[in-house]
Amino acid sequence: MRVSTDWLSDYISLEGVTSEDLASRITSAGIEIDVIEKRNQGINKVVVGYVKSKEKHPDADKLNVCIVDAGQEEDIQIVCGAKNVDAGQKVPVALVGAKLPGGMDIKKAKLRGVLSQGMICSAKELGMNDKLLPKELQEGILVLPAETEIGKPIVDVLGLNDEILELDLTPNRSDCLSMLGAAYEVSAILGRELSLPNPEKEVMEVHDTAADHISVTIGAAEQCSHYAARYITGVRIAPSPLWMQNRLMAAGVRPINNIVDITNYVMLEYGQPLHAFDADHLKDGAVHVRMAEAGETMVTLDGAERRLEPHMLVITAGGKPVALAGVMGGLDSEVTDGTVNILLESAKFDGGTVRKTSRQLGLRSEASSRFEKEVDPAAVIPALNRAAALMAKYADGAVHQGIVEAGSAHAEPTVITLSLEKLNRYLGTELSLLEVKTIFSRLHFPSGDAGQGLVDVQVPSRRGDIVLDVDLIEEVARLYGYDNIPTTAIEGPTTPGSLTKAQAIRRSLRRLLTHSGFQEVLGYSFIHPQQAEMFTSLASEGTAVKLAMPMSEDRSVLRTSLLPQLLDIAVYNHNRKQPDLALFEIGNLFHTLEETLTKQPLERPVLGLLMTGRKGNKQWNVQPAKVDFFDLKGALETVLEYLGIRVEDITYVANSPEGFHPGRSASVYTGQGENQQLLGVLGQIHPKTQQELDLEDTYAAEILLEPLYDMTNARVAYRDLPRFPGMERDLAIVVDEQVEAGSLIQVIKENAGELLQQIQVFDVFTGSKLGEGKKSVAISLTYRHQERTLTDEEVAEVTEKAVSALQQTFGAELRK
Amino acid sequence: MKEKLEALKQEALAQLQDVNDPQQLNDLRVKYLGKKGALTEILRGMGALSAEERPVIGQVANDVRGAIEEVISSKQEAFQEQETEERLRAEKVDVTLPGRKLTQGAVHPLSKVIQDIEDIFIGMGYRVAEGPEVETDYFNFEALNLPKNHPARDMQDSFYLTEDLLMRTQTSPVQARTMLSMQGKAPVKIICPGRVFRRDDDDATHSFQFHQIEGLVIGENIRMSDLKGTLLQFVQEMFGDNTQIRLRPSFFPFTEPSAEVDVSCVKCGGSGCRVCKQTGWLEILGCGMVHPKVLEMGGYDSEKYSGFAFGMGVERIAMLKYGVDDIRHFFNNDAAFLNQFTRI
Repeated sequence: MRVSTDWLSDYISLEGVTSEDLASRITSAGIEIDVIEKRNQGINKVVVGYVKSKEKHPDADKLNVCIVDAGQEEDIQIVCGAKNVDAGQKVPVALVGAKLPGGMDIKKAKLRGVLSQGMICSAKELGMNDKLLPKELQEGILVLPAETEIGKPIVDVLGLNDEILELDLTPNRSDCLSMLGAAYEVSAILGRELSLPNPEKEVMEVHDTAADHISVTIGAAEQCSHYAARYITGVRIAPSPLWMQNRLMAAGVRPINNIVDITNYVMLEYGQPLHAFDADHLKDGAVHVRMAEAGETMVTLDGAERRLEPHMLVITAGGKPVALAGVMGGLDSEVTDGTVNILLESAKFDGGTVRKTSRQLGLRSEASSRFEKEVDPAAVIPALNRAAALMAKYADGAVHQGIVEAGSAHAEPTVITLSLEKLNRYLGTELSLLEVKTIFSRLHFPSGDAGQGLVDVQVPSRRGDIVLDVDLIEEVARLYGYDNIPTTAIEGPTTPGSLTKAQAIRRSLRRLLTHSGFQEVLGYSFIHPQQAEMFTSLASEGTAVKLAMPMSEDRSVLRTSLLPQLLDIAVYNHNRKQPDLALFEIGNLFHTLEETLTKQPLERPVLGLLMTGRKGNKQWNVQPAKVDFFDLKGALETVLEYLGIRVEDITYVANSPEGFHPGRSASVYTGQGENQQLLGVLGQIHPKTQQELDLEDTYAAEILLEPLYDMTNARVAYRDLPRFPGMERDLAIVVDEQVEAGSLIQVIKENAGELLQQIQVFDVFTGSKLGEGKKSVAISLTYRHQERTLTDEEVAEVTEKAVSALQQTFGAELRK
Repeated sequence: MKEKLEALKQEALAQLQDVNDPQQLNDLRVKYLGKKGALTEILRGMGALSAEERPVIGQVANDVRGAIEEVISSKQEAFQEQETEERLRAEKVDVTLPGRKLTQGAVHPLSKVIQDIEDIFIGMGYRVAEGPEVETDYFNFEALNLPKNHPARDMQDSFYLTEDLLMRTQTSPVQARTMLSMQGKAPVKIICPGRVFRRDDDDATHSFQFHQIEGLVIGENIRMSDLKGTLLQFVQEMFGDNTQIRLRPSFFPFTEPSAEVDVSCVKCGGSGCRVCKQTGWLEILGCGMVHPKVLEMGGYDSEKYSGFAFGMGVERIAMLKYGVDDIRHFFNNDAAFLNQFTRI
């Protein structure tokens, strides 16, 4: 809401208060003001001039030479290039020595040999927002009404000595969508008296009853609680007075003609939108308010044909819609230059109904936005009277006797009982009854003692936002000043602060991974539908969830994997010459088991890892190696070990999960047999994808976190340090290439008995010496007994047992 | 024989004096003292000596051996020392060349800010609560006193999945969920960090996805002055002991009274600068006393219990704390950006 301080001064004295002061006091009482617009942007020595004559410039086709009476001692000659300049016009004239916004200085000059003693100005040159002017005035000079006084400073004529406060209203303060509402607020803040208009007294009626010409009925009482109209005849359509146009423009409203301007002016003043119908286009002057019927259509005054729906409220005459209530009038009954008789509407339409219609049709206006927030029922009649009085005065209209109305205002004030004790307990203050009542009187809320520290407060209907005692407490608090409320510590029982186990584990993972060289990244929860198909989803059953109205296809599906975006991030950095990356993200996957979504999808926290390029920092004398599968797997194993998860509880199965290199990837499971559960996937990104993304070899993993939370074991149990030396034996086992090291280890463990403490693979190779399709796996075995030193014989015995088991199971041979 | 020995000594000592490399020294040692050396050669003649002469000559021979050995060993030591010195000189490194650093990554700056804030509030006795990113209309709006068609819903255009399900637009629904799960028990002290989503076109200060941290306290005598005290303590721990706060009345459907909170500018301390647009203050969070309707819907008697709630944007705080000027950096994940946060 743009509040003109000049207009505001009609209702309250602003003497001694600068706009800046006022803005800061309004802001600290709850309505933010970020912008103060000074309408005079540096105009000096610009006055009203009368163009006595206009002649073509002798040497320039597009220039005119004007003789102008600007109220100076002598007429002045001005060369003017505007197309619309003409003799007989009143225009703004910048005299020699004048200053214009933007720092332009006006000097005596010769234009193509002809003397020019000033400049005739356009609205833009005066620093005005010319978008609010008719097109012809935007392109040329500003033409003023004929009756404008010659020589008068232009800032007075155009009301440019005005400063506009832009109120950034929160949705609850729609009462300040009016100048009067703003005046009430300023009155409460400054503690100054208000002088309010009394429109009922202003209206001079003619001796002819309106009800003989027009009638009003309501067929949708819930959506329209009150509809009032006046009948005004014999109006003369003309521009509205300049002062009114100035105020409309200050408020950001385009002046049209006196009738339309008056309805807008009164809307700005009272917050009550009005509509003027050409009464001669309403059949029998009989207005009926009802819900639209399915299939009904009407042409709104923007010329568009609208298909109406039964939830829309319409004003009808002769059975046909003539206006979309509170949203837009109809073309047929619009006020035109030929309009003579008017039906002026002031009504209370239901906010939700107007909101739904205006949103659906994309028609949002100053009027609809006021109705949406519920207009003050008590303003319906005063606004109607005010507009009627102005139409009589500025459009020569005859206001017929009486208001024709249906429904009623229901403007009874709400009374709320407030306890002083609760107020002070709520705020932590020690206010007295008198202090609290003083604040209410400044708000113009009548209040009375109800005894025992209770106050009965009458809340006027303009403050529809105040319903409960806590709303009154806020009014007191904001006018008392939030700064004056003390600062205290919470009393009462103390509570232990903590993280949940899951939160603590995620933090530990972040710590471990960042300290191990991984960088945390954050992706978006939305991905492209194709990305949702790239990888085996850990949410193996179920489907991806789509946004109903995404902003783009790239971000239209809730992510089913973190990996596509980890790849995006790798590409982003690769393109910026940062090819060596170790990234992780902790985030949620989404999927649903329903065919049509009716309840919240499942959200499962996961850990995503990605490695590409070289590992470690670039060094000056060491060439870091490229990352490979085992760097990634090692990272994952480190994570699992850190969480205390036993190696034997995890199985890696080379089943080529989707999206990965089929020979360099695995699914990770926990549990055995029927209890086996998919924990995650890891591997090299499929070379085809790598090529498409122009990435080097890239390895990624994704692991569900919830099973890890359950398996996490933070308990450390000390084991005695070994007192006797261990014995090591190295085996080089030659087997078929397909035999997995994991199976060899498994068989050794099963057969080597309790003495075996540790198994470590230390070399794997293939070569022609070994024979076609064979490989050698070198494994180091460490044996130890807790109570004594082992003998060579017993170690040889268990090793032999393991070796013969390997021979039987895999046809393994020992390499000598 | 004695004379021979003396002559040998003189000769050996004279030769040793000029020795200047370890090889030569060793050669002389072998020549004079070795098994086939000159001294042994002379002593071979001992057998021809009388019993009286033998110990005398033996003593002389030992003296001669001792004198030569002493010179040799002192020479050897000198050579060793010299050798060590040379080696050390050769092993010298350029200490100004860079060292090989440990590789370490960093927690994402938004995670870091969230963790810092969590820690401050955990220290003040708060639990950390979480909720789903996909919310029901009821928890995201209605349970927070935003009925359907409420004009305040304009403030945040949302990503809906169905008519009833949407990406949460705020972390406040976690408040409502926590209240219900507490089943009317007090006190409640929680903070809820998380992702939220609003239909905003991305620019330097807007992102359709961002993070919030919400706080909620419910108890029997919770006052607005406690809210001020809590926030003051928080901002001083977060931004420094001299930080001040300023509350301005505002509107949120789920609190009454409501306030916007400004902190004294983290950059200039309040004297006015570019960051605070010369005002000395920065808006960082919204707060208020929990609306009685929200308490009632959460299962608390609003006459008996009161509470306060506050919420802040994590990106906003991170931007102020680290001086980041574009919110898009947080989700671009440029390594050159993220690497800047590898500090304690």
